[in-house]
Amino acid sequence: MHMADALVSPVVAGTLYACSGIAAGYALKRIKSEDINHKIPVMGVLGAFVFATQMINFTIPGTGSSGHLTGGMMLSAILGPEAGFLTMIAILLIQCLMFADGGILALGCNIWNMGFYGCFVGGYLVWNLFMRNGFSKAKIMWASIIGCVLSLQLGAFSVTLETLASGITELPFAAFLSFMQPIHLAIGLVEGLITAAVLLFVYQARPTLLCGFGEDKQDKSMKVSTVAGVIGACALVIGGLLSWFASSLPDGLEWSLLKVTGSTELDAEGGLYQWAGEAQEQVAMMPDYGFAEAESLMGTSLAGIIGALLVLVLCVVISLIINRVKHESHQ
Amino acid sequence: MNHISKAIDQLHAVDNEARSDGWLQCLHPLAKLVVTIVYLVVLVSFPKYQVAGVLLMAVYPITLCILGDVSVSLMWRRIWIVLLLVCFVGLFNPFIDHTPLIRIGSFTLTGGMVSFFTLMIKGCLAVMAAYLLMLTATMETLCHALRKIYVPAVLVTVLMLIYRYLIVFLHEVEHMTQAYALRAPGQRGLNIKVWGSMIGQLLLRSIDRAETVYGSMTLRGFQGEFFTERPQRISHIDWLYTYGWIAFFLILRLL
Repeated sequence: MHMADALVSPVVAGTLYACSGIAAGYALKRIKSEDINHKIPVMGVLGAFVFATQMINFTIPGTGSSGHLTGGMMLSAILGPEAGFLTMIAILLIQCLMFADGGILALGCNIWNMGFYGCFVGGYLVWNLFMRNGFSKAKIMWASIIGCVLSLQLGAFSVTLETLASGITELPFAAFLSFMQPIHLAIGLVEGLITAAVLLFVYQARPTLLCGFGEDKQDKSMKVSTVAGVIGACALVIGGLLSWFASSLPDGLEWSLLKVTGSTELDAEGGLYQWAGEAQEQVAMMPDYGFAEAESLMGTSLAGIIGALLVLVLCVVISLIINRVKHESHQ
Repeated sequence: MNHISKAIDQLHAVDNEARSDGWLQCLHPLAKLVVTIVYLVVLVSFPKYQVAGVLLMAVYPITLCILGDVSVSLMWRRIWIVLLLVCFVGLFNPFIDHTPLIRIGSFTLTGGMVSFFTLMIKGCLAVMAAYLLMLTATMETLCHALRKIYVPAVLVTVLMLIYRYLIVFLHEVEHMTQAYALRAPGQRGLNIKVWGSMIGQLLLRSIDRAETVYGSMTLRGFQGEFFTERPQRISHIDWLYTYGWIAFFLILRLL
């Protein structure tokens, strides 16, 4: 689900960086009230643990294929959603830098798609909802499966919206969605089963490690404001991206005109209309929301492409000459 | 050699490359970080049909690779994986977007073909730029740069800890999976019966290790942040490098 830099536009990347930044700010504020110096080494070591276990192939029974772990839900069930989210940010950053899994610019999108949904939807909403009245094996299993499936479905939906809002693919919304959601349903189920197996083992061996275990019912109760905050953040981002994507479709007025006249614009004739139209074309900096002459110079002309290739060849030749001179002067 | 050993080797290779004493490696990490971010923003901001502009953006990674003696083979291994994903997303463009752009005899280059080509080049160049950053700056120096741009200390410290313990855990996982594979020949991956116990045992050991790490860090006076390296000062060359590349990218974008 890691998005590459080429799949996002600067505006979408910036917006998702801002959203993830707000979530990270909230998480930092919450964990700073705890024993942060004790929590940092645990977050670091568990982050390395999750990273390493992502390399293990898990055989999916009856299919012959194998699955992997993402780890957001598991981290949240042990560290708590806030510390889990911050650890996921660090994991995603190392993945993008060291293994090119996801881009630097798309990091905000990846943090949101994998970290936020995994830790706050799966790890906070679902886990707390199930464990509200005490822990049991069945509850841990169902919380893990539902949490992972839900967070991966939301993540896949967001990937679709972010890619479409960036204008990267010509694939229609429904077709793209029909590719993404079923694949991630299967991945979510496998991830849920792995998470459930590990958390059940921990529950039997050392249950106090699980987030919320042994706390008073009052301490475990979910704050309405936090629940509303998590759901509101999901709705805001998904709704925002949806509206962004939908803005290329006719708006309400245009749709009504299309139904009545068969066109989204009214044809007006007469000197005054013509004069006003011409004046607007001259004055408008961004006709139809695009910069005028944007495709003009280095756009798609064959000469432009050939020119670019020549410059690249020249650049390689000059660099090689400088490098050779540098090596010879060293010797 | 399995994929875990390959990952360990790759981590070592990247780290060794970043610790070499080339001129690129000696530049301030903040300069390299800022240039990389600006490069990526400018690169992805090119419209989908502006293939010539995107091609010219290749000047940056190619120049750095040649002048900095950076191992291109390390980079290529990563590029094709990203290209597969990018290819999947853009694959349908030629079949949907039939806008005619260039006619060469009877052949018409459509908008879909150009946008697909542009997307692939963007994918390639973005991976190259990010990888060049890692091949020329160590994780410690990058963390120092992140602190300079006010990334919270908690996040940077966790990042450094994960990076430090990553190799240890990768070795541990490698030993576990090797031992399992020797006892379960012909089996692909871990059987569902041992998912919980194998990973759960590793998790419990990790938490115990975290307690030991916390104890030793406290004994060394840990106060929530690492201070490992003497901060490198930003020199005139760093400024020149940063402003030079940024000006070049902006000129390409505005042309």
